[in-house]
Amino acid sequence: MTLMKKTATELQTLLHNREVSVKEVTEDSFKQIKALDDKVQAFLTLTEEDALARAEQLDNEPLENRGSLFGLPIGIKDNIITKGITTTCASKMLENFVPVYDAAVVEKVHEAGMISVGKLNMDEFAMGSTTERSAFQTTHNPWKLDRVPGGSSGGSAAAVAAGEVLFSLGTDTGGSVRQPAAFCGIVGMKPTYGRISRYGLVAFASSLDQIGPLTRTVEDNAMLLSAIAGVDHRDSSSSSKEIPNLIAGLTGDIKGLRIAVPKEYMGEGVAQDVKESVQAALTVLESLGATWDEVSLPHSHYASPTYYAIATAEASSNLARFDGIRYGYHPENAKNLNEIYLRARAEGFGTEVKKRILYGTYALSADHHEDLYVKAMKVRTLIAQDFASVFENYDIIVGPTSATTAYEIGGVVRDSLTLYTNDILTVPVNLAGIPAISIPCGFSDGLPIGLQMIGKHFDEATLYRVAHAFEQATEHHKRTPSIGEGQE
Amino acid sequence: MNKFTEEDVRYFANFARIAISDQDAAQFSELISELVGFGDVLNEVDTEGVKPMTHPLQLYNVLRVDVPQDVLDREEMLAGVEEHEDGMIKVPNIL
Amino acid sequence: MNFETIVGLEVHVELKTDTKIFSPAPAHFGAEPNMNIHVTDLAYPGTLPTLNKRAVEFGMKASMALNCDVAREMNFDRKHYFYPDNPKAYQISQDDRPVGSNGWIEIEVEGKKKKIRIERVHLEEDAGKLTHSDNGYSLVDLNRQGTPLIEIVTEADIRSPEEAYAFLEKLKAIIQYTGVSDVRMEEGSLRCDANISLRPYGQEEFGTKTELKNLNSFNFVRRGIANEVERQEKVLLSGGEIVQETRRYDETTGQTVLMRIKGSANDYRFINDPDLSEIHIDQEWIDRVRAEIPELPDARKARYVQELDLPEYDAHVLTLTKEMSDFFDATVTAGADAKLASNWLMGEVSAYLNAEQKELHDTALTPEGLASMVKLISDGTISSKIAKKVFKELIENGGNAADIVKAKGLVQISDEGTLRTIVSDILNANEQSIEDFKNGKDRAVGFLVGQVMKATKGQANPPLVNKILLEEINKR
Repeated sequence: MTLMKKTATELQTLLHNREVSVKEVTEDSFKQIKALDDKVQAFLTLTEEDALARAEQLDNEPLENRGSLFGLPIGIKDNIITKGITTTCASKMLENFVPVYDAAVVEKVHEAGMISVGKLNMDEFAMGSTTERSAFQTTHNPWKLDRVPGGSSGGSAAAVAAGEVLFSLGTDTGGSVRQPAAFCGIVGMKPTYGRISRYGLVAFASSLDQIGPLTRTVEDNAMLLSAIAGVDHRDSSSSSKEIPNLIAGLTGDIKGLRIAVPKEYMGEGVAQDVKESVQAALTVLESLGATWDEVSLPHSHYASPTYYAIATAEASSNLARFDGIRYGYHPENAKNLNEIYLRARAEGFGTEVKKRILYGTYALSADHHEDLYVKAMKVRTLIAQDFASVFENYDIIVGPTSATTAYEIGGVVRDSLTLYTNDILTVPVNLAGIPAISIPCGFSDGLPIGLQMIGKHFDEATLYRVAHAFEQATEHHKRTPSIGEGQE
Repeated sequence: MNKFTEEDVRYFANFARIAISDQDAAQFSELISELVGFGDVLNEVDTEGVKPMTHPLQLYNVLRVDVPQDVLDREEMLAGVEEHEDGMIKVPNIL
Repeated sequence: MNFETIVGLEVHVELKTDTKIFSPAPAHFGAEPNMNIHVTDLAYPGTLPTLNKRAVEFGMKASMALNCDVAREMNFDRKHYFYPDNPKAYQISQDDRPVGSNGWIEIEVEGKKKKIRIERVHLEEDAGKLTHSDNGYSLVDLNRQGTPLIEIVTEADIRSPEEAYAFLEKLKAIIQYTGVSDVRMEEGSLRCDANISLRPYGQEEFGTKTELKNLNSFNFVRRGIANEVERQEKVLLSGGEIVQETRRYDETTGQTVLMRIKGSANDYRFINDPDLSEIHIDQEWIDRVRAEIPELPDARKARYVQELDLPEYDAHVLTLTKEMSDFFDATVTAGADAKLASNWLMGEVSAYLNAEQKELHDTALTPEGLASMVKLISDGTISSKIAKKVFKELIENGGNAADIVKAKGLVQISDEGTLRTIVSDILNANEQSIEDFKNGKDRAVGFLVGQVMKATKGQANPPLVNKILLEEINKR
């Protein structure tokens, strides 16, 4: 059986007892990738040679120098900058872009002794929720290969779910860690805005973007967050707020926990099977000593247009630097500078990216700045206030992560109510800057369903504690997709 | 009638420096009209006296000391640049 | 019809910090191309700006020195436009909450004092440098990208090219005193654009303005504005209309030339930069920065006039640069007579600096050295003529005037007996001149004094020579 289906703690014990070496763990990851990724298509770039060389080096490290993540393989979403390793954002614009520095999280991952095995597929510039908008390949959901893995961190979720790696890093601007985690039946955390340095994350929407860990278990997830969180002087929006010992907090005890369930999260747009799973999960949580009430987040209905105005406005600004001159796609035989600009951006960006840049440009233009962009920022304040009022009386908010299970690849989701409901479930969290986690809470027709828990600012600890208690009380996380089976 | 006309597409694409074919203009006119209609919903919200939220975390005075560090190696930088000359990045004239 | 000239200035001043405003790359003038850059200056994907504290404080300091209100809460905004010297395709600047606002400085033109109001002072980053070649392409050097700037925007209070000149002269002096910039136009650390319009006298509303760029010296600002006023006058008088456009001053022809028509094509799409935190400035911070501002030119000027009895003109010239003014103060402190010290600094010293293309700190002259010489002149030990020799030695090799006078034997001959003997000898040899003098030719005395000075190698005390000469002539 593959080592990639073990937990970090289990692998650490094996490494400590010298029952396996770092090299063997690394080789196992690549063996899995080679066996499965032809079907899953999670990775855009593999760095096998570097990874094995590093593994051999790490095997010489004395046991006492090894932390809890030492020697464990991780995949990194391709919008996170890796020195010397192509970083494409799944865009033709950056197809051959080899960065000269490492993102802050990549430095941290290396400091923790982890081994980066490659770069993961995504929707182009993180704009999408299916990973079908990658300029290079379509990633398949390991549970059912004709389904999408979700997005935009679809490669990150699929790689972990398939058992190709134990850990991956994704990014979440409007749900891009949580929704693929839900679709792929794994654990995905979007931490508080400012928890993890954004230095080296290719910006989509600067005031919404946050890097997040994806893993199979809650404990693994908490371990990875502990390793990558913290203030960074290169990111002025990163917080110096202290991180509690997240692992010590996984006590299983949630007695007296007060849960709020927003009625807007359980509305008519949510599929019946998803609703039932969430209700069953609430019953489990009750049995563990928690109580829950229905509440209202009255501005939820405006979250989607608010998000679109702000995210696209910021994207139009952040993506302006891709002009074909200093790096990235450079059109051949351009006659003048203006033609370089126009063609680099027309040929380098995909349709969705261009659409969002255009709408964002419109939102910021003199005629619409006030009534669209500034208006959206005001509604954003109201959305954040909705959360703040609920958190005066409750510890966490619970609901579905996505309105449905994973969609079919190529099947255009024409049901605008579903799309709208999906936005309501995930984007308010980014707008408010608060943390949220998605964990598996059931299956329907062989596809996983995700339970979302939303917490107060910087209170990832409570989310992990509740998620862990739920996980220990249920069996969902023990199920793995059949694609990974039969591998030695 | 699309709320976001093909003319609008070309107007904003000019600011965004994206070349637009006729086919693009038609496609984006349709796609963005949907978003524009969607955005109009915000007018329903009473935001009288509400401050815009520009930053999700209210941090202030995050400042750096004035000490040089991390200078980029020029050759490393130029390695990724398509056209350069005498250590400088080469660009054609505007028009 | 007579027109009133209306001018507003936009002045960019580079701040003298060690690093850039939003990256830790060095911010120094004159490095090899692209050697002073950080990944952030290249707008590399994933990079983020970090705000230089000293740049903020320099902005506060300049604002205070220009009598502005300092913002209590401010932020930075992105201003979007595509250009190869602007790698992010946005410039980080300040839109609606600038560091300084509602300031003024006082100028004086033809003896009349006037306040020019300053609308705002905002912090922003400089762009890179673009060198155009003849073969259809340009080269981009990003060393300057991210250098901290303040932009100073005046109200349209300026009414003549001379007022514009006086404003810039005063602005430069004030900024230079605060130490936040070198304010050297030739190095580009001070740049100026002018908005110019005309209106018939008595009319309230402003006419259409044009923006004038490429003004590379204070004199070009003055001439450029004068020429543009002339041009607009001609257009208006011939019944034409002024078009809102950007023009360039051509130094060789002395004319302003059209660069581009300003359409509605500019939409900078400002957004509050989410990558940078808000800045809150409390009273304590303001007080701390204010305490670092030295005595400014106006205060010094007033002190020179009131306490040192200098003429207004002297006080103005001496305070134009901080270096000159500091030197003057130190010379007076070292015991020199203020008016004499002023005469020397404005006269011989300035002439020397101009001729040699040097600044005070490039010479060997010290305030103590100058004071020692001024003292010897005051007490009659040396004549002004000898002083010139001493001065040359002081400014080129340094040292103390008394030592130079001693070493070179330049002490003035003030002994009456000695001088009387020499005068007698000269008179004996020049009977004709005595005759001429007695016949009313005053010039003859000058000739005789010259002869005495020649005989004493210039060391005779001139007033004493005059006195003795007249006495001796009258005896004959």
